[in-house]
Amino acid sequence: MSKKLLEIQNLKSSIEHTEILKGINLSINQGEIHVIMGPNGAGKSTLANVLMSHPKHEITEGNILFEGESINGFSADEKAKIGVFLSFQYPEEVAGITVENFLRAAKSAVTGEPVKFLPFKKALREQMKLLKIDETYGSRYLNVGFSGGEKKKNEILQMAVLEPKLAVLDETDSGLDVDAIKVVAEGVNTLANENNAILIITHHKKLLDYIKPNYVHVLLDGKIVKTSDGSLADEIESKGYEWLSNQGGV
Amino acid sequence: MEKKQKTYIEDIDRGIYDIKNEVRYSYKAEKGLTPEIIKEMSKEKNEPQWMTEFRLHSLEVYHSLDLPPWGPDISEVDMENIITYIRPDTNLNTSWKDVPEDIKETFDRLGIPKAEREALAGVGAQYDSEVVYHSIKQELVDQGVIYTDMETAIHEYEAIVKEYFMKAVPPKDHKFAALHGAVWSGGSFVYVPQGIRVEIPLQSYFRLNAPGAGQFEHTLIVVEKGASLHFIEGCSAPMHSVINLHAGCVELFVKEDATLRYSTIENWSRNMYNLNTKRAIVDKNATIEWVSGSFGSKVSMLYPMSILKGEGARAEFTGITFAAQGQTLDTGTKVIHAAPYTSSNINSKSISKGGGVAVYRGVVKIAENAHHSKSTVTCESLMLDNASKSDTIPVIDIRNDEVDLGHEAKIGRISEEAIFYLMSRGISEEEAKAMIVRGFVEPITKELPLEYAVELNNLINLELEGTIG
Repeated sequence: MSKKLLEIQNLKSSIEHTEILKGINLSINQGEIHVIMGPNGAGKSTLANVLMSHPKHEITEGNILFEGESINGFSADEKAKIGVFLSFQYPEEVAGITVENFLRAAKSAVTGEPVKFLPFKKALREQMKLLKIDETYGSRYLNVGFSGGEKKKNEILQMAVLEPKLAVLDETDSGLDVDAIKVVAEGVNTLANENNAILIITHHKKLLDYIKPNYVHVLLDGKIVKTSDGSLADEIESKGYEWLSNQGGV
Repeated sequence: MEKKQKTYIEDIDRGIYDIKNEVRYSYKAEKGLTPEIIKEMSKEKNEPQWMTEFRLHSLEVYHSLDLPPWGPDISEVDMENIITYIRPDTNLNTSWKDVPEDIKETFDRLGIPKAEREALAGVGAQYDSEVVYHSIKQELVDQGVIYTDMETAIHEYEAIVKEYFMKAVPPKDHKFAALHGAVWSGGSFVYVPQGIRVEIPLQSYFRLNAPGAGQFEHTLIVVEKGASLHFIEGCSAPMHSVINLHAGCVELFVKEDATLRYSTIENWSRNMYNLNTKRAIVDKNATIEWVSGSFGSKVSMLYPMSILKGEGARAEFTGITFAAQGQTLDTGTKVIHAAPYTSSNINSKSISKGGGVAVYRGVVKIAENAHHSKSTVTCESLMLDNASKSDTIPVIDIRNDEVDLGHEAKIGRISEEAIFYLMSRGISEEEAKAMIVRGFVEPITKELPLEYAVELNNLINLELEGTIG
């Protein structure tokens, strides 16, 4: 049996005194791909943000264990350093710093070691090729003037460079056309291996045509109400979320 | 969630900029302002009669003018307590070897001799009231380029100095211009003859060491028809507990088809009132490019002005201002379009933190006759916390219909989301902020000569160090 990577125990969180997560339990092992689905406002993005220690979200109860240790008090950069990654739903534009320089700084920060200029450039080019990102993006300012699809591909590029143990993809597929979804899915499939795990947050099924998850969870009103295999996504596609809201739990 | 530790610091350690030397001088004026002190100083400097009279006239104008009714509070500046003239105990030298050791070390730490060897065609170094070192490459001398200190210029190139001195900035312009006219000393004089293109920059560095003193250097640059020059000016002073005053004056004359780029990094200490006046008169098809970085000082009022006098004249202004705790930096630029087909492009950025106040104050005036003129003004302000303030006061005065004008102003706080985004990639909070700030000023940094770009980044890192929260 593979190693347990993430364990979320009865996690509750609030933002500006409003409770959003109302007791999440979730366990992810190495080598697994999990999907969380749910309607707007269910708390999907909140879960992603809490996992990455967004400063506006506060954990009010429960525990997040990563490789067996509580990481509740970790800041975002500390989490990045132990191998947690979040692909943002709306990646920020940061003017004046190029994608390449940013990624080199990030790689160096995450590994704690200096990153050599030329080998990094070469590796970055290969990753870009894989994700069908034009080389010139390396010298463009981080996400500035990028289309929605380009921003999302840039997130996956960052994931490829930083090689996290746990990657959380928050609505990475939203706003993408079919071709872009394919590219993102290919990227994710290439990067997924037996030593890492991926948690995909989405409210479309489209991405799941290309990525085969081990588990699909449904999040409703701050709680996971159902967990099943990939077929659950098909069921949701045809029936919506209504029928689940009456189940009151797994 | 764990409560984050916040640290606040009173003032940053400005490192090399703050190293004070013992004050030694060969002549020091009495504190305050009287005709006797002015006459004495002019005599000490062995000036021609017309300059002595000019000074005395300026003093009268000074007494007749009030402080400006707008802008930051400068009532603390008490001329009775400012030493207007302090001559270091050395003459003008042409070799660093002859400069007194502690003064030389100061400029060494500021990187001036190194920059001179590597990247400059000429250097001037002023310490307190007078220039202690000057050099220029022989090939420029052979081409007729003059680069020397004003004290030498007034004797050796008296006719040129007399023709231009305080013609762009007359003493009656404002109270501190009049003060400057009365007590000015030091500064650089540059004359580039017709058609000569000076490819490598010249640089003057002004260092004010003595406490309670004023620095009133005068920079006069004439770039003749079709010639070009890049001039760099650097300023700094160590921290003292008493007020220092900087009321320099820069006059630039850019003749037909000529180009002048004037780059400045001012990093005064936090006890300095920086009330500096800079102005360029730009002739037909000529270009003035200002690159201006304002960092230190307690209060700065600095608005380099371009007077586009000839048809097709152009002005570019690129400015960066960084106001920290206890600082009010009121900066901007003025452009007077006084001829047809003139254009100006203004790009200003400011950063404030720790309760600092950064104000953009600017004027674009397009005169009745300046048809087909163009102007673009972009101001952006970034506030790093809730205590800091920022404001933009752009005045646009258009007197004819055939103009093309663009204006954009953005004021914002540093984005928490952007900091979180960078942190989620392993970057510390402090470095994330520095990255955002460096990125914000990047369009300016790339306009600076390399060593100044490095200095700007160091200053930003210095300013942001230890200020989590």
